[in-house]
Amino acid sequence: MPALPLHEAGKYVAGAYVVFVALILIYVGIMAVKLSRIERELEELNELADSRGEEPREREPEREPEPVA
Amino acid sequence: MYGKGLRPLSLASAATLTAAFALVFFYAPNDADQGFVQKIFYVHVPMAIVALGGFVAAGLMAIAHLRSGDRRWDVRSYVAIHLSLILAIGVLVTGAIWAKASWGHWWVWDEPTLVSFLIIFLLYATYQPLRFSIENPERQARYASVFAITAGAFVPLNFIAVRLAQAYTHPRVLSTTGGNLPGSMRLTFLVALAGMALLYVTLWKYEMASKHASAQLRALRRKLSGEEPPLPAGRSAAPSLAAPAQPVP
Repeated sequence: MPALPLHEAGKYVAGAYVVFVALILIYVGIMAVKLSRIERELEELNELADSRGEEPREREPEREPEPVA
Repeated sequence: MYGKGLRPLSLASAATLTAAFALVFFYAPNDADQGFVQKIFYVHVPMAIVALGGFVAAGLMAIAHLRSGDRRWDVRSYVAIHLSLILAIGVLVTGAIWAKASWGHWWVWDEPTLVSFLIIFLLYATYQPLRFSIENPERQARYASVFAITAGAFVPLNFIAVRLAQAYTHPRVLSTTGGNLPGSMRLTFLVALAGMALLYVTLWKYEMASKHASAQLRALRRKLSGEEPPLPAGRSAAPSLAAPAQPVP
């Protein structure tokens, strides 16, 4: 088969490179979804850690102030 | 820590791929026979080589898993196969586009290189369903490693078998005579191959870092709440780096 002229070959070449870029972008998109899930979980854990940090202070009995010498 | 060195690796991948594409369109000459359409070669062939290399690497990681019993090697092997499959889809699609432009057909069934690559792709396409079909994580990892080793050994055998085939419609790139690429085309091809390999390693590290972060979060949740975090509904084909749950006494 003879070589295609540039105006016809161009769309095939562009198509092949667009496929490559699209694959990478889809992959990066999927990774972004995973990252946002990790971020959400991290926020939940942060809130959980905060609530656990407050609990002992609520239960702690009030101490008598120490006499100043 | 899989995130270590990810930033320079990402930058190196982006720089090498940009340089490769610049060389493709501004430095490498048009092919005397195929003309401008031969530019597809610089994305199609590196993708194919890296995808096949990834399958073989996954087999080696699976050997390490079976030898050591360390689940991390199974996850590494899984991610390598996952990425190679994505690249393999790209190889099949760009190959079909190139075939249509060069030969006038989207697919040629009597061409050994095309059909052998399709066989490898279909073989690895069964990897995820295989994992999904086994509920026990330990057994799943073990069977998946056996599959990865067997299929990984099949890849170079397949490559050699195709080389020995008589029909040479598909052009040869890697040969004992150094192929027929002139210097400028060879340099462009090698830069594109390096870029693709760097991209593969970068994405592999990204996914491993993501899996590691998820496992760390799971462990942290277990420590903070004192209970096993709920697993996703149903079984999963994707292995996790998280330590298996301790049995309740």
